[in-house]
Amino acid sequence: MTYLAKSPWIIHYDASSCNGCDIEILACLTPMYDVERFGIINTGNPKHADIFVVTGSINEANREVIQNIYNQMPDPKVVVAVGICACSGGVFRECYNVAGGIDKLIPVDVYVPGCAARPESIIDGIVTAWGILEEKLKNKVSSPMVSDHDHKAHHKHAQGGAQ
Amino acid sequence: MMEPQLITPISIGDVVTKAEQAKKDGKRLVQIGCTKIEDNFEIIYVYDKNYQMTSYRITVKQDDEIPSISGIYFGAFVYENEIHDLYGIHVKGINIDFKGTFYKTTIKHPFSVTIVKEDDTCQNK
Amino acid sequence: MSKQITVPFGPQHPVLPEPLHLDLVLEDEKVVDVIPTIGYVHRGLEKLVEKREYTEYVFIAERICGICSFIHSQTYVQGIEQIMGLEIPERAQYLRTIWSEYSRLHSHLLWLGCFADSMGFESVFMNSWRLREHILDDLEATTGGRVIQGVCKVGGVRRDITPEKLDEMVKGLKGIEHELQDLTNVFLHDSSIQHRLKGIGVLSKEDAYYLGAVGPTARGSGLAIDIRETGYAAFGKINFKPVVEYDGDCYARCAVRAKEMFTSIDIIEQCAKKIPDGTVDMKVTGAPDGEYFSRAEQPRGEVIHYIKGNGKKNLVRHRVRTPTFTNIPPLVTLLKGCDLADVPVIVLTIDPCIGCAER
Repeated sequence: MTYLAKSPWIIHYDASSCNGCDIEILACLTPMYDVERFGIINTGNPKHADIFVVTGSINEANREVIQNIYNQMPDPKVVVAVGICACSGGVFRECYNVAGGIDKLIPVDVYVPGCAARPESIIDGIVTAWGILEEKLKNKVSSPMVSDHDHKAHHKHAQGGAQ
Repeated sequence: MMEPQLITPISIGDVVTKAEQAKKDGKRLVQIGCTKIEDNFEIIYVYDKNYQMTSYRITVKQDDEIPSISGIYFGAFVYENEIHDLYGIHVKGINIDFKGTFYKTTIKHPFSVTIVKEDDTCQNK
Repeated sequence: MSKQITVPFGPQHPVLPEPLHLDLVLEDEKVVDVIPTIGYVHRGLEKLVEKREYTEYVFIAERICGICSFIHSQTYVQGIEQIMGLEIPERAQYLRTIWSEYSRLHSHLLWLGCFADSMGFESVFMNSWRLREHILDDLEATTGGRVIQGVCKVGGVRRDITPEKLDEMVKGLKGIEHELQDLTNVFLHDSSIQHRLKGIGVLSKEDAYYLGAVGPTARGSGLAIDIRETGYAAFGKINFKPVVEYDGDCYARCAVRAKEMFTSIDIIEQCAKKIPDGTVDMKVTGAPDGEYFSRAEQPRGEVIHYIKGNGKKNLVRHRVRTPTFTNIPPLVTLLKGCDLADVPVIVLTIDPCIGCAER
């Protein structure tokens, strides 16, 4: 990659992560690793973001939040699952409130394993995502809107969750 | 070795009087925690003063109602809502009652039931 | 009385690396009521004791939180050791003390950076995270992990530190101490920072005590509650005084954390001088039968692990009461009556760690 049309901005959301991966993502922004040299900025607004970085797995409370953020991001967009919890659920996969990896809810483009994922591998993941972003831009890929209707219907039926 | 810890068993009716006594003695509320022992639930109230812990234990059944001590210790509401949401024990008169929305969980009152995730292939059953 | 409006704060908010949701009821710019909603990070890991043996569960206990990771595993194994009556080697106790002070340093620097960032003080953010990398390098060199160390086990620790490395670590800390001094001086004596923090979000001593505030939130209000004084691990053999400030405002809580970093460096130095030779672990057989409240001082305050076993490999109950959980009622009280613009700053002065709080 010698030329890029965009400086990819990322939005980070902590799903049900233990903070281990989150602080490593923050560490990527700081002088030691410094991803800002690639033009990568951590933004708080989904409408400004190109890359959605998620740590931790899906649980009952945050599935709606993840979908909202994903749907609000403009095309083209790329999702990076950081840490083993975001990839598959990790050590917490057997917990009653963990539904599994992020890919059960939104399409994931890059998986970054590790507990906690090291800053080097996070940067590697984001740079890979960047290539995919360029590809999507070139091919004018539009991402689907995700919704959780199935889950909600099931939920009503099962009467789960605290009322 | 640290000091041995004594947990005094009391009845449900004594919860509020013990809390009042603790506040009068200048103790702070450390925690309220619940444990499921077979069909019963043990709730332990822990108070502390100068690093000396005083603990009281009550034993209740599911769907029993316990009195809230949030009128005495304002901060007790977090523990009492937690006990309600995770164990399904009713707490009467909490100052900030979330009515079961403190924790959103897939399974109602998860700590009161045995849970096996059927669709997961790699787990210890 | 003017009209009331409710403004949601979080769960996805630029100043919060973690999801916490507050419904702020406003009258003009003043916050009149606050309703916290948690549960965005609730995994239910306490229930995993049914599926994991008590020795394996150390790894789960460590992953309650990625910032307080070491102290969580330490508190958990301390509880198990108490129940089983294990007297672990003294060297292991000292090593645990050293690592727990290292994690306090890394946590406080992390907080200082995030806090400065929340009010737009970017250079302090960058500098404190740069210094934090020194701490993480030492942690990684001695334990193998940057934020999740995995070094505690029932009956001791997994790794030893050689005397040469220990010397090097102390020299390294001495080396960054003056940089740390510069950084905290800039932060604490900056007039705009003082303007932003002094007299804002005042928690009285009495409120702090009865609402259950712990850690720097309590010590900022003049309460000398520091569980390290009970002398767990090797703290009983170390000279230190808890840092206490009396104003109870945002500035006092910040000052406590800033000064605690130097206490931590001092404790590590004392440990390096006093650490005895010997083994670092012991053989453990059997299973815990009994119950115990294990306490320790985390960067955010007193943490309690309640452990109950019945002589089987799987525990009956593991209940964690984390400092952030008990700091929620003081936070609610603090926010009432403040300006909307001060909310992010006040929230960050209790150093919320949601991963801990919701488990």
